[in-house]
Amino acid sequence: MARITAGVTTSHVPALGAALDNNKLGEPYWARVFAGYDFSKEWIKKNMPDVVLLVYNDHASAFSLDIVPTFGIGCADSFQPADEGWGPRPVPVVKGHAEFAAHLAQSVIQQDFDLTIINKMDVDHGLTVPLSMMFGQPDAWPVRVIPIPVNVVLFPPPSGSRCFALGKALRKAVESFDQDLNVQIWGTGGMSHQLQGTRAGLINSPWDQKFIDRLISEPEELAKVPHLEYVREAGSEGIELVMWLIMRGALSSKVNLVHRFYHVPASNTAIGHLILENQQ
Amino acid sequence: MSLDKPYMDIPGTTIFDADQARRGYHLNQFCMSLMKAANRERFRADERAYLMEWPMTEEQREAVLARDWGLMVKLGGNVYFLSKLFSTDGKSFQYVAAQMTGSSQEDYAAMMLAGGRSPEGNRYIGEKK
Repeated sequence: MARITAGVTTSHVPALGAALDNNKLGEPYWARVFAGYDFSKEWIKKNMPDVVLLVYNDHASAFSLDIVPTFGIGCADSFQPADEGWGPRPVPVVKGHAEFAAHLAQSVIQQDFDLTIINKMDVDHGLTVPLSMMFGQPDAWPVRVIPIPVNVVLFPPPSGSRCFALGKALRKAVESFDQDLNVQIWGTGGMSHQLQGTRAGLINSPWDQKFIDRLISEPEELAKVPHLEYVREAGSEGIELVMWLIMRGALSSKVNLVHRFYHVPASNTAIGHLILENQQ
Repeated sequence: MSLDKPYMDIPGTTIFDADQARRGYHLNQFCMSLMKAANRERFRADERAYLMEWPMTEEQREAVLARDWGLMVKLGGNVYFLSKLFSTDGKSFQYVAAQMTGSSQEDYAAMMLAGGRSPEGNRYIGEKK
């Protein structure tokens, strides 16, 4: 049986990818951010999953305004890094797991979550930056990845409680797959940031820290927080944090906190990163 | 009944909702077209001519030509779409965010290093700082 063993959350700021791709890790500004992931790179070597369900948002790369799926699932064998306007990131092709993804799609849809099935899609920094933060710069990614894109660009995104419930449905779906797979679920994006308007640059560290505390200890209550609070307190782009609730919903109600890191700033954004292990 | 928009009282913030997305459809789709290297070259060669191929408003075209990022957002642009335009220009998210706040990138970067813009006084329009 497949099982979810751990969850990871991380911001996916594009400048992190650019810092890595352009060899800027020696600069103190970036070194401070990447230091928060040193532990994680060692941890994941010892806890290497077979498959990562990677919850992220597309940033107008695979999806233009022609089609905007609220929840999707990538069912292809592979996904190419997207050209976001400066050429694709120099990172390996992302290998999917078509058979497992098809199983998850069928199971989750039968649990009343109407996922959009995606058989061809490029993946942007939202998906590749988290892989870089956890694995560095390998010639090939050491895991298979099932992309789970969530719309958080066109308002409104799905609610926190809907995201939390999707996590629960994903867990059931994983556990009904016959193959013996070690699965992790990653929730990416956030934390507080605003990239537009005269309020750009907003950071709310106390709110972010409380969000992390509650994500660990009382996620079901946290899931009730309305969109308006995210926007007002954590910035218009801080609303990406609803995706962390999908990760959390897929874990057990009690989890072991393995790693917690928070840092301001990376470019315009507060960086948050967690590793949570499931209590089986 | 019109859409409920409880976020309209947040200062300095344009929420990219269904109305904004409709207003900015062609502006944003123009930006998407710059994900192809060949289109970037054509755009650079004659920006005005390239923009005329898109049925956006003249005000939107002028905002693009002037690289008035704040105005593009007000006219329905979304920053993730606009990123294709500023990437074509070789500019970063931080450069554009600074432009939208009216600061130099240097001052903006210093504000971020000092912990970012505080939410205090920035939650509601008209709120006392």
